[in-house]
Amino acid sequence: MNAMITISNIDKVYTGGFQALYNINFDIQKGEIFALLGPNGAGKTTLIKTICGLTTPSSGHITVNGFDIIKDYRATRSLIGLVPQELTTDAFETVWKTVSFSRGLFGKSPDPNYIEKILKQLSLWDKKDNKLMTLSGGMKRRVMIAKALSHEPRVLFLDEPTAGVDVELRKGMWQQVRELKETGVTIILTTHYIEEAEEMADRVGVISSGKIILIEEKNKLMKKMSNKEIRLSLTPPLSAIPSSLASYNLKIEGNDLIYKYETSESHKIYKLFELLKIENIEISDLQTHESSLEEIFVELVKK
Amino acid sequence: MNLRGVQSIYLFEMARMWRTLGQSIASPVIATSLYFIVFGSAIGSRMKEVDGVEYGTFIVPGLIMLSVLTQSISNAAFGIYFPKFTGTIFEILSAPLSYVEIIMGYVGAAASKAIILGVLIFITAHFFVDVYVEHPFWMVFFLVLTSITFSLFGFLIGIWANNFEQLQIVPLLVITPLTFLGGSFYSISMLPPFWQKVSMLNPVVYLISGFRWSFYGKSDVSLEVSLLIIGCILLTSILAIRWVFKSGYKLKN
Repeated sequence: MNAMITISNIDKVYTGGFQALYNINFDIQKGEIFALLGPNGAGKTTLIKTICGLTTPSSGHITVNGFDIIKDYRATRSLIGLVPQELTTDAFETVWKTVSFSRGLFGKSPDPNYIEKILKQLSLWDKKDNKLMTLSGGMKRRVMIAKALSHEPRVLFLDEPTAGVDVELRKGMWQQVRELKETGVTIILTTHYIEEAEEMADRVGVISSGKIILIEEKNKLMKKMSNKEIRLSLTPPLSAIPSSLASYNLKIEGNDLIYKYETSESHKIYKLFELLKIENIEISDLQTHESSLEEIFVELVKK
Repeated sequence: MNLRGVQSIYLFEMARMWRTLGQSIASPVIATSLYFIVFGSAIGSRMKEVDGVEYGTFIVPGLIMLSVLTQSISNAAFGIYFPKFTGTIFEILSAPLSYVEIIMGYVGAAASKAIILGVLIFITAHFFVDVYVEHPFWMVFFLVLTSITFSLFGFLIGIWANNFEQLQIVPLLVITPLTFLGGSFYSISMLPPFWQKVSMLNPVVYLISGFRWSFYGKSDVSLEVSLLIIGCILLTSILAIRWVFKSGYKLKN
């Protein structure tokens, strides 16, 4: 894959002296869904705003599809669609007019068929003549997405796209994002719902206090960092762990014996069950658990 | 050049005028009609002529300038302040538009509204007094130049303002008094010598004087000086806006 966005040595120091980004370096590949995760105030939105031209980097440079965001700003901005975190809309405009306005801003000639298509995709067609102030929060969020898509961008930034959106609508949006990816659009997503990143992202970046602390393919990350757990219900319960099992990371919790291991230690499970049999330890039930991206994220940010 | 982007901003801003017709057009036209009744009829009945021009006729350029100045500033200031207030400014700043194109859209619309208003007041004046224009080219030139210059100034105010109160401070507390004291309703030569000298510090004196000259061929200061002063205000506004966009003041940082 080729890089769609290349971020090199980006620092951002605001006028008041606050440094929001420290030496950010990474690429975002063409056609991928990249989830940028981080706690509040980590620098996610600042980074997105910098790429989109809404704030000026203090040092370093960024290219989008090979174009520099400052020297070739027309070329880079034409490629980018942005759905900001805040619900910012022109309350007195209709859905149709505001989406058409966005297309015009990006220098595109009017295309009523295309606008109709995206409004239908986002279930907004029947609201096209409604003023934005009459819409619910979820609908406004979809209008923001329609505006960002109005000029047919090749890169889409979704800054907390499903904040305040109900579960059903959120899943509908995930489906739309997947469909966009299928058309070759590169998607950069920030979210507080780690489940969202786990569901959709190809790669994950974690930012904390303005520094990138990890960039990894989601599946590799899950494999590498995930902790697994087997919980065995015993009858009767154990009072102490037998010496033959001392080399295993075992813990007694009431009637349960808990075995925690990393993915790389999976081969030891068979041996453990053999040893349990030798020790005449009877198992009445078994449960397994694997840490989610959310648990990995919390662990990473704590470090 | 992203002309379609400029057109989008321009038409969006002009649409606001049609949506708020009462506030944008009717209100200033009615206010001006009241000036004609109060100043033109009440005072005009006692003061027959100023510089050889009937008083009611004499105040027409000043009244047009009063509305054009305040509306240019208010329209442009509100135009850029409102997207800042609602947050929709992100869309303008992330679009492939240069700062010149953004200004062309907002200032072009604000100046257009002010010119339309100026023309409407000019037409309204014909219902009350006999108005004539000796130098139509210069009249249009002054009208357009003043509208653009003060729309640029208003644009700066809109960027600077942090709330709606600040948005109104300059038009209400600075521009309106300067216009009233700038010879809208009288000739500077009617003042005592000391106040004539003080009036020369008021830039609006030069605007009204030049504009009135285009109507009746009579002015308090020479045409060249009037043009020079407008040119200086225009240049200062352009340089200030250039600095705003280059530095990102209240827009990007």
